Amino acid sequence: MSAFFSVTRRQMLAASAAGLASSVVGAGQSSAADAAATVGFVYVGPRDDYGYNQSHAEGAAALKKIPGIKVVEQENVPETVDVAKTMEAMINLEGASLLFPTSFGYFNPFMLDAAKKYPSVQFRHCGGLWTDKDPKNAGSYFGYIGVCQYLNGVVAGHMTKSKKLAFVAAKPIPQVLLNVNSFLLGARTVDPSITCSVIFTGEWSLAVKEAEATNALLDQGADVVTCHVDSPKVVVQTAAGRGAYVCGYHANQAPLAGDKYLTGAEWNWATVYEMFAKKFLAKEPLPNFVRGGLAEGFVKMSPLGPAVSDAARADFKLKYAEVSKPDFAIVKGPLKDNKGAVVVAAGKAYGERAIELESMNYLVDGVVGSTS
Amino acid sequence: MTGASASDARPAAAAGPPGIGRSVPRRLEGIVIPLGALTAGLAAFSVFVLATGKSPATFFALAWRGGFGTWFSVQNTLSHASPLLLAGLCVALPARLGLVVIGGEGAIALGGTAAAVAGLSLRGWPPAVALAAMAAAGAGVGAVWLGAVGALRHFRAVNETIASLLLAYVAIAVMNQLVEGPLRDPASLNKPSTAPLPAAFRIGDIPGTEVHWGLVVGVIACILSWALIERTSWGFAARVAGGNVRAAEVQGLPVGRLIVAFTALGGAWAGLGGMIEVAAVQGSANASLASGYGYTGIVVAFLARQNPLAVIPVSLLLGGIAAAGSLIQIQMGLPNAAVLVLEGMVFLAILASDALYGRIPWLDPDLRRGEVGP
Repeated sequence: MSAFFSVTRRQMLAASAAGLASSVVGAGQSSAADAAATVGFVYVGPRDDYGYNQSHAEGAAALKKIPGIKVVEQENVPETVDVAKTMEAMINLEGASLLFPTSFGYFNPFMLDAAKKYPSVQFRHCGGLWTDKDPKNAGSYFGYIGVCQYLNGVVAGHMTKSKKLAFVAAKPIPQVLLNVNSFLLGARTVDPSITCSVIFTGEWSLAVKEAEATNALLDQGADVVTCHVDSPKVVVQTAAGRGAYVCGYHANQAPLAGDKYLTGAEWNWATVYEMFAKKFLAKEPLPNFVRGGLAEGFVKMSPLGPAVSDAARADFKLKYAEVSKPDFAIVKGPLKDNKGAVVVAAGKAYGERAIELESMNYLVDGVVGSTS
Repeated sequence: MTGASASDARPAAAAGPPGIGRSVPRRLEGIVIPLGALTAGLAAFSVFVLATGKSPATFFALAWRGGFGTWFSVQNTLSHASPLLLAGLCVALPARLGLVVIGGEGAIALGGTAAAVAGLSLRGWPPAVALAAMAAAGAGVGAVWLGAVGALRHFRAVNETIASLLLAYVAIAVMNQLVEGPLRDPASLNKPSTAPLPAAFRIGDIPGTEVHWGLVVGVIACILSWALIERTSWGFAARVAGGNVRAAEVQGLPVGRLIVAFTALGGAWAGLGGMIEVAAVQGSANASLASGYGYTGIVVAFLARQNPLAVIPVSLLLGGIAAAGSLIQIQMGLPNAAVLVLEGMVFLAILASDALYGRIPWLDPDLRRGEVGP
């Protein structure tokens, strides 16, 4: 290919050469012939789950609009040998050269092993912690969505009458705990007497338990519900069906909750995927470790729903500006956990990039529930 | 329900005199009927594909290419089939006694966890010793877990289907509690797991392939299980008890011991399957151990009509369908659920075909001669 470049010395030809080269590589796969790059996405659940997987599928859909990019997707892929073989099938049968396995459990060992085995293919994982000991053709990206749950909490804090909020959570892992704590701390900026009850279902996707948990929390008097499970659909519909307000998570669930939908913490993966795809097409090196928050456009808020009061709207705007400042920190001392132990000393503050937050193992004062 | 129909069919087959003239068409029946049912299931699925506006021919061409058409596809199929072998045996063995044990998922989860604990506590030991201990731990825990189901069934008359299913939920909860609590590697932040096994304790690939040795273990387990049932007095006793428990008891066969032994053996295979998942695939124990192999094993066992040897081709078939899922989703734009529809239709057709055994005249010399009425 380099010989071909040196003969033509014309950029236009070089561009078509890239297309030609990929069509030679993809010989036998007619569908890959017209694309300069095939990008593969692997999802752990269904693409239309109104949740985590849908947020990634929306990002993938944005890539389909970029000329020269062909997207291949597979849904419902368990974190077993299945994902290893799915990635290999995308590489060997579809000619994929950039892969986004999007579930936590895909990272180690599956994606790291695949990266070692296919050094010419680029792998970027959502949520993993890539370090420089890992293969250079691998990497990880993630978004700081805690501020969005904080803003959810601000709106919820204004809209609650019972002063009791509800959080249906999957597992007591750091990313989930940070969301629970952020939601409560956001609400407490409105009224320090607000509490938030949390129930952990123990699984990322367990519809029956999610419905039970939602009902149990509403029975205890909560009137605004949010969640962190793979698909918020069940929680949102159950809560809205019983007349409670809902703050969304992962994707926009307004179509499910109607005017009970206040706002929501959403991923905006299109930003990340477009950045990777454009660099990839331009043959620039891809970054290995990518993180961003509200300011970088990695996450966003759902539009405020019709039920949100004027006072809540005004405060939301104010707090939105506040959290967008670079030195803002949700987790700052003095802060106690809900057993009374000091977890952040007075004068200390952890901004969203603080590495300490990645190993959070407590629920803050005001959250009703237990991590184990 | 399904267990009853399987055991209904068996006495008819077992009761007849074992003459050569009879056994050949009988064997033919065992091949023709499942193949016919498979064809019927595929035909019904073709109608479904047509209804979605796609071409069944494209579907089957892609399924062939993705599951069996290339060396990569074949290895992909074998990798998917490997865990199904042991999971299928876990259901097939108790089913020979007329027991429908559907909780293999729990034995896989706990067996895998036990294997990880064994491996981690034997760090520094020779790999052969450690792997043997891990296999023993996985199989042992699985055997105790499902053996308890058999014991409950025999001594307390607890329905084994419900008991095994509920115990599977308990097992998965226990695994999660262990993996997220006392056994958790502090470095596994957002995917709680045990510490990774030392590299020497990992099961590698069969040379020249990218399929791990678990496949060979599974095939050997199928052959051993078949030999146990077809070639030993224990297996014979189990078949008699599976045909008619009261008759077996009257004959003085140790029905209780048989029930506990066969459920425990099924559990041991499933637990070994969990050990293989940990040592060959995951490298540590975590929630991914409960990813549905135990439940797919039910389908495998029923499609194989509880025959341990037939578990091998059925696992390959289901493994091939799973391997082809990629291509089908990507190139036809069919949702992943299409593969489940296919499995469901084939499954139903094969279960329904159970009613045909002994009822097709040209396959049955007795019917042909008019000696036995249907």
